[in-house]
Amino acid sequence: MKAGVLATIICGLLLAVSLSGCTDTTPQVKEKVLIFGCAGDADKLDPADVTDGESTARTDSIFEGLVEYKSGSAEIQPCLATSWVTSTDGQNITFTLRQGVKFHDNTTFNADAVVFSFERQYNSSHPYNQYGEWAYWGYMFSDIRKVEKIDEYTVKIVLSRPNAAIMTSLAMFTVAIVSPTNAALWEEDAFKHPCGTGPFKFVEWVKDDHITVEAFDDYWRGAPKLDKVIYRVITDPSSRLLAIQAGEIHGMEYPDPASFDSIEADADLKLQTAPGMNVGYLAMNNGYGYNDTNRNGMHDQDEPWVKTPGYFEPFTNKSVRQAVNYAINKTSIVENLYKGTAIVAKNGMPPFMLGWNADVIDYPYNPAKARELLTEAGYPNGFNTTFWVMPVSRPYMFDPSKIGEAIQSYLQDVNIHVEIYQIDWSTYLAKTQAGEHPMCLLGWTGDNGDPDNFMNVLYGANQCTLGTAGNVAFYNNTEVQDLLSAALQTYDINERARLYEEAQVLIHEDAPFVYLAHANQNLVFAKNIQGFVLNPTARYFFYPVDMT
Amino acid sequence: MKWYIIKRLLQIIPVILGVTLIAFALIHLAPGDPVRTMLGQHATQQEIEDIRAKYGLDQPLYVQYFIWLGDVLQGDLGRSILSHEQVTTEIASRFPNTIELAIAAMLFAILIGVVAGIISATKQYSVADYSVMGLALFGISMPVFWLGIMLMMIFGVFLGWLPIGGRIDLLLPFQRITGFMVIDSIITLNGTALISVIRHLLLPAIALGTIPMAIIARTTRSSMLEVLRQDFIRTERAKGLSERKVIYKHAIRNAMVPVVTVIGLNFGLLLSGAILTETVFSWPGVGRLVVDAVYARDYPLVIGCILVFALVFVIVNLITDILYTYIDPRIHYD
Repeated sequence: MKAGVLATIICGLLLAVSLSGCTDTTPQVKEKVLIFGCAGDADKLDPADVTDGESTARTDSIFEGLVEYKSGSAEIQPCLATSWVTSTDGQNITFTLRQGVKFHDNTTFNADAVVFSFERQYNSSHPYNQYGEWAYWGYMFSDIRKVEKIDEYTVKIVLSRPNAAIMTSLAMFTVAIVSPTNAALWEEDAFKHPCGTGPFKFVEWVKDDHITVEAFDDYWRGAPKLDKVIYRVITDPSSRLLAIQAGEIHGMEYPDPASFDSIEADADLKLQTAPGMNVGYLAMNNGYGYNDTNRNGMHDQDEPWVKTPGYFEPFTNKSVRQAVNYAINKTSIVENLYKGTAIVAKNGMPPFMLGWNADVIDYPYNPAKARELLTEAGYPNGFNTTFWVMPVSRPYMFDPSKIGEAIQSYLQDVNIHVEIYQIDWSTYLAKTQAGEHPMCLLGWTGDNGDPDNFMNVLYGANQCTLGTAGNVAFYNNTEVQDLLSAALQTYDINERARLYEEAQVLIHEDAPFVYLAHANQNLVFAKNIQGFVLNPTARYFFYPVDMT
Repeated sequence: MKWYIIKRLLQIIPVILGVTLIAFALIHLAPGDPVRTMLGQHATQQEIEDIRAKYGLDQPLYVQYFIWLGDVLQGDLGRSILSHEQVTTEIASRFPNTIELAIAAMLFAILIGVVAGIISATKQYSVADYSVMGLALFGISMPVFWLGIMLMMIFGVFLGWLPIGGRIDLLLPFQRITGFMVIDSIITLNGTALISVIRHLLLPAIALGTIPMAIIARTTRSSMLEVLRQDFIRTERAKGLSERKVIYKHAIRNAMVPVVTVIGLNFGLLLSGAILTETVFSWPGVGRLVVDAVYARDYPLVIGCILVFALVFVIVNLITDILYTYIDPRIHYD
């Protein structure tokens, strides 16, 4: 009886509440709300304190930097700075700031905000330094010695040495300008309450569910066309596709390449594809490692070369490395395992980047030539080794396991017998950076659109640091490193390009890597969404987007 | 009974200590490094060392454990290494979602499972029996992932009857108070939201509840069959009681003890999150949270989640044990 009464009360309450829903709460003027399906949630919403694409894709709507990428390009243009002057020694850059710009908390953007946004990252005694890890600063901005306020709308960035890549780096999320007032308000929790000068202002973040931003009416370029953008987390690619097919979302990232045919056949959807700024490769361990004892990120005279733990004699032989290049059918891998949404790579950076060498002739698939080179190198019967294969899919390699198996089979044809080894991702990174692998699959997605971010980071001898190597082939060619270092300090674009082109010729000849592919970036939108332009840096800018 | 409950509650302490100790050791023994995951592919050695020191990860393991334990005793589960958020906040923001889904799934499982089991037992070897048990076998064997996608395709895309993921229509105004969205929509008298929340609950609850439903159906059937063979049932039939009364008044209650055990165990499991269902239906629950934390080797978050799961499991078991005394008055805990 008691249960019956309780059930009646609950049913009555539910009915009453349900009926109350019959009153129309829908606004009369339909808002333009774009719901975008994301593969994961953000870690933090402080652009300076994140390394994951999911976080930066959200902060892109909220924050802006001194400079920004041009639409669909990795070239830069003025943003919060209207102009800048570089000193003749290349070590001082003076920026004139845009006036009349407001933060979302209605405070004024000025030189103090710029100094605050930079200084909290590099000055360990800054009161806000303790609230972040600032991972990108050490890796990409450590050449900035200090940032000074000259007057209310002028700041000077002082470099410790000339760095031609710094201007493109300044368009990165890491150095977006945050509101100091907002940072003071939220302190340690400011990463949950982002406040910038961008076209959209933060509304709410429901963890693992969605992040909502709404149009900032006082935006200095004028309010955006969309009223709101909701980033909805749908981790499973099949579910994301079903959600856009059902009309629950209007755009989505990372569609499964296997579903491209069905997307293209759907009259309500469109697939947007653009070349990605990435490279997927196979690295052969050349055996040169060093301990960066003074932690300056450079190989110095007093830091001797030591054999990497994964040192493997055959890979110290150029002919063997070239043989591996000849043995692998990259075209087939791109067509079948990248499902055609990539291009075959012949250099270590994508073709649209400054200094990409078009004249390099790629190693064609030629197993006979590979066998011949192995015989020449003294390995007529081939050899056995271990092949480290990434355990996770990355934007530069959609299906590493299958690619690993394909390469295993190609190498088998030329008597190189490899045993595949896999381990969890963070351990994989740690151990390959420590040089424990004889050969491994890996890749790189560019950060700032500058060639240095590929060439120096991945192929320079300075990057053979045991434990944190970027150059996981542990390939040491002094001539290459000299060219790359010179290029970084050269502000003349043509000269820079020439230096990188020359370095690529040497790397190609030494063949420490098999460059596999540059994968495309793909997004899907409903047909009524217009104006989204894919950027090579894989960042999402919704300001020009409209929906009909 | 009171002393029994107090005794059981006190027993939680060594259980929790043991669970956290084992979990702490296992997650730290597993290869991987949260700092590298956080800093990305090209962190410098200096940065790695600084952050390891900042989070105390450079300390010996036993020191780390006792520091953690000391903090827990003060109600502080620490901060997630990856998101920098308080572990308690991270869990608290997902747990209501998991509880709502688990309750909905169990309601579905109990309603369908018990009824199907009874029909099956009372009509043993009939077409109904074979159909129900065939369906139960199908339910147990079906991968949740596949079932979820099928439900989404049929009811979400083709028929368009139900939403295919998320917790609520994001365009609706909604005020979060407790985190339990059904309760929040009732408290705020927001009927539109309530309807939306319930519609969003249906498909994941069915997907998640199917396996427990099948287990409950099979357990109910076998338990009922056993009870129906008992002497007291024969006596009741001999007394001239209607078959309906025999089954619904006498047999069911006696058959429920093993069923309640199964329900308790399954409910405990569902409360620890359901990673596959949560992934397919984009459900922001603790299952996804803990799996992501394990992948990132986010130690404080993993241990915090395991601590909460252990607590929930122990408490659900205790409640199940107490329920026995109501179902079967012969059971005493004095």
